[in-house]
Amino acid sequence: MIEIKDIHKSFGENEVLKGISGKFEAGVTNLIIGGSGSGKTTLLKCMIGLHQPEQGSVEYDGREFTQLNFEQRIEIRKEIGMLFQGSALFDSMTVEENVMFPLNMFTEQSNSEKLDRVNFCLDRVNLEGKNKLFPAELSGGMKKRVGIARAIAMNPKYLFCDEPNSGLDPKTSIVIDELIKELTEEYNTTTIVVTHDMNSVMGIGDYIIFLHEGKKFWEGSNKEIAKTDIEELNDFVFASRFMKAAKGKF
Amino acid sequence: MNFTNFGKYILLLKAVFRRPEKTKIYIKAIFQQMDFIGVGSLGLISIISTFIGAVMTLQIAFQLVSDFIPKTIIGSVNRDSSILELSPTISAIVLAGKIGSAISSEIGTMRVTEQIDALEIMGINAPGYLILPKIIAGITMVPVLVIISMVLSIGGGYLGGTLSGAISAAEYIQGITTDFNPYTINVALTKAFVFGFIITSVPAYEGFYVKGGALEVAQASTRAVVVSCISILACDYIVTQLLL
Repeated sequence: MIEIKDIHKSFGENEVLKGISGKFEAGVTNLIIGGSGSGKTTLLKCMIGLHQPEQGSVEYDGREFTQLNFEQRIEIRKEIGMLFQGSALFDSMTVEENVMFPLNMFTEQSNSEKLDRVNFCLDRVNLEGKNKLFPAELSGGMKKRVGIARAIAMNPKYLFCDEPNSGLDPKTSIVIDELIKELTEEYNTTTIVVTHDMNSVMGIGDYIIFLHEGKKFWEGSNKEIAKTDIEELNDFVFASRFMKAAKGKF
Repeated sequence: MNFTNFGKYILLLKAVFRRPEKTKIYIKAIFQQMDFIGVGSLGLISIISTFIGAVMTLQIAFQLVSDFIPKTIIGSVNRDSSILELSPTISAIVLAGKIGSAISSEIGTMRVTEQIDALEIMGINAPGYLILPKIIAGITMVPVLVIISMVLSIGGGYLGGTLSGAISAAEYIQGITTDFNPYTINVALTKAFVFGFIITSVPAYEGFYVKGGALEVAQASTRAVVVSCISILACDYIVTQLLL
């Protein structure tokens, strides 16, 4: 479980996060949603330590994270898997080397053990046999799946996904969403997905936080989100004609 | 580099020299960088050094037209100029262009494509993993390249002088072997060590803090070469002042 308390973050005069709190449970898919510039990615980066919040705390199963120094954070970071918006695969490494990278850095396993783990992770994301390809040879969806395989290589307790569907076609988006949900339930990870994709919200949003102008405006599940009367949330969720037409059917 | 940048540079270096997560992986990376910096630059340094030596001999011969100055002086001047200044400094400036821009764009691209964030989230010390092997390779391979450059520059002087008829082979060899002070080699290698550090660390710093996209990576790469060259010249003066 990850708990954030009263997170504040500014860039110069611009206060991006204005006191956000929330609890993200293990085994369910937690979503942070909101429009562009609402502070979703900034909140995610504060949670994983890429940004230092001016105020507030982040606790990983009761372990305070924000006040730790680099060395102290390493132990928690070894338990974190992260899927980046642009996949962030290492260009100079093959798919196999990318997935094996955290194993090489942090485990004392033999080469065959590491290779078994890599093959298991690649099978899990339906990329068996793609070991020797380089990121430049992969499609956007395949890169995301390699990103997921790398993120789960170390059996993470916490999985963060930053806009996992951006740039993907609807069918591939659903595959990625379902994969994230399956892995979350299978390994009981605390999964947090930052997204503004409404298919993801309706498909996998067990617990959702809606950010608006740097504040937590609403929280609930995907079943509750369709019934809300909050204007800002309705404007966001039912922005497209399709969603407006489908509103009564959720 | 203003004071803020200099402070950030020092803090980055502090992070670079943290204890490595896994020494074996760092050693492998060091050898890869030694291959890139050393072997990869050998051809360019060889060509430049040989021609500089040849041109130096011709110019010294042109300027020392006097019956009172023995021609062996041409060899001596060429030797000392090559060892003390031309080989370390010209090699360093050429390497700053070739290696510095490559380091800056590599690390800058990794920054803008979130690869550095990925390393940090995994719990890896990104400055150490990315920059330390490059610095170690730089401070070991640049002196090696400078030694090769010295030999080729003096050899180039021999070729240039004898082929043009500006000096005889015997006079040139007598010149380069007369009154040789081995201390000049120490000075040159000290310079090469310092330059190797600058050539790798300054571009790494410029790349590491890039914000934006392709344009900013390119700008950082240009800035890396410019700042490296100025730093090389400033350190050249300081080391020369201190050691001679």
